[in-house]
Amino acid sequence: MSPALRLSVPKLFNAPPTPGVLGVFGFLDSTLDAIKRLRAAGHTDFTVFSPIPRHEIEDALAQPVSPVRMFTLIGGISGCAIGAWLTLWMSYDWPVVVGGKPVGSVPPYVVIMFEMTILFGALTTILGIVFNALFAARRIGTIQYDARFSNDHFGIFVPADSDQARRVETLLRDAGAEEVRRA
Amino acid sequence: MAETRPSPTRVTYDYVTRTIARTLGEPTRGYFILLGAAVALLSVGIITLLYLIRYGLGLAGYSHPVYWAVFITCFVFWVGIAHSGTLISAILFLFRSGWRTAVYRTAEAMTVFAVMTAGLFPLIHIGRQWYFYWLIPYPNERGLWPNFKSPLIWDEFAIGTYFTVSTVFLIMGLIPDIAAVRDLATGWRKKLYAITSLGWRGTNEEWRHYTRGYLYLAALATPLVLSVHSVVSWDFAMSIVPGWHATLFAPYFVAGAIYSGVGMVITLLVPIRRLFKLEEIITVHHFENLAKLCLLTGSIVSFSYMTENFVAWFSGNPAERAAFWYRAFGPYWWASWTMNICNGLLPWLLWSKKVRTNITALFVISIFVNIGMWFERYVIIVVSLAGEPYSTWTNAVYNPTWADWGIMAGSFGWFFMWFLLFVKNFPAVSISEVKEVLPPPRRATAQAGAHR
Repeated sequence: MSPALRLSVPKLFNAPPTPGVLGVFGFLDSTLDAIKRLRAAGHTDFTVFSPIPRHEIEDALAQPVSPVRMFTLIGGISGCAIGAWLTLWMSYDWPVVVGGKPVGSVPPYVVIMFEMTILFGALTTILGIVFNALFAARRIGTIQYDARFSNDHFGIFVPADSDQARRVETLLRDAGAEEVRRA
Repeated sequence: MAETRPSPTRVTYDYVTRTIARTLGEPTRGYFILLGAAVALLSVGIITLLYLIRYGLGLAGYSHPVYWAVFITCFVFWVGIAHSGTLISAILFLFRSGWRTAVYRTAEAMTVFAVMTAGLFPLIHIGRQWYFYWLIPYPNERGLWPNFKSPLIWDEFAIGTYFTVSTVFLIMGLIPDIAAVRDLATGWRKKLYAITSLGWRGTNEEWRHYTRGYLYLAALATPLVLSVHSVVSWDFAMSIVPGWHATLFAPYFVAGAIYSGVGMVITLLVPIRRLFKLEEIITVHHFENLAKLCLLTGSIVSFSYMTENFVAWFSGNPAERAAFWYRAFGPYWWASWTMNICNGLLPWLLWSKKVRTNITALFVISIFVNIGMWFERYVIIVVSLAGEPYSTWTNAVYNPTWADWGIMAGSFGWFFMWFLLFVKNFPAVSISEVKEVLPPPRRATAQAGAHR
């Protein structure tokens, strides 16, 4: 293996840490305050950690609606189509005529079509969540994390080079961060 | 989600994480005794199954014309148990009921394990288990396909979908909680949870996609749960057996399923709450709400019983009349009256707030709900077939044998084994969702507290 390739493999799975500043917050309102100040200062690519989803954070970040819904829609429609195809094609592939009735009778097949809609819709929703979260994680890069974020603390990671870092640190502290770390 | 009911101030985010993470600690002797009992029951089932495979289904009590008996009864019973889990996790989620958060994980795990149990019964019932794959539409050498006009094939699709969707729904809900447990764990558990949490960190991007996706999963699971037991009911209602052939069956079965499931949720939650000391998180308020759900669905079930009997009489159809007369006063009168008393009369006790808030009383009632609902399926399936009027073999007497009971005992062992393994290895109460209904830590509140 060439040295260049050896270097790039770990890079692919574990990108080098992004330089920046991590603020740890004990309160929701101070986190929101920090988000507002950061946005006012022109930062857009920071990451907020929280133990639970809070609509206040979503509102403060003004995020667009997640594209997961398209996954659900496309999955559901495909499932329904597959259910219809499965039942009708299989019926005509080996026709069993009973009392001269239609071979492909749609009403009983609606049950299969319905179940397949739900099945495919649910599975593509999961794929939607996983893919979108993975893409987002790749975009954000390797950033600092704190074990308290899954318990009772909120966090904000702001990517910043050494020039900006001091300014960001002051901003987070002013907003009420309990702890500010530089990465 | 709305912050319901003020909780004691010491129930904070940190308290919730630590209390629920503690349930995953070193297992006690009591836990091992319970697990041992479950495995012992399961072994009874496995041994019985081996006998059935070796000597055939003749060991079970099947007698002409009762070819759907205890195995199918147990199948419908377990599918029914599954339903309240999805009701609590998906339907109440869409209704934004805050109280569901403390109980939904247990209910949802119960759903998955109950469907896993139910799925075994059709396989045992077919006798030659090694041909089970004939149910699956696959291109075989004769070019045959399943008959999609048969409710049995609908059922296979419905149960298959239900199992898949409720499993992914359970796993999805677990991810943030596993992450919370991961951050507290040490040693091999930390590694296990690091992998199973899929690297969850709770970033705003993760929550954005997760909450949206979870909403859609709930929206898909809601019609699914209603469809599954409707399809199970059509296994019966699509035939012309008196006592089965009724348009009432779908809503009647769905209500009965949720009623039995809520009963099982109470049966499971009472010991778990005691064992894991979760009194601050699963409160009497939650039990009271479960009891109300039980009362509502129990009343629908009672109403269905009345409708069923009324329609049999009012239709003037002699076959229907005879079937329902046979049910109430034939040789199986004891089964019918067990069902009527446990499902028709007992839920009426829940009108009293005293009963609804008494955990011991609720536990006892929930056991009777389980018994009553098992007998309901027994009455519908076995008694309708045995008492089929105008058939040449009318009034056959069917009695379950040791093989029927052995398999049934095994199914309880199988279910409780999975459930016990789950509650010790994964958070049995949702950490992140319980926090959602607590007031979040705010600087303003903390300062006001300090000034007081």
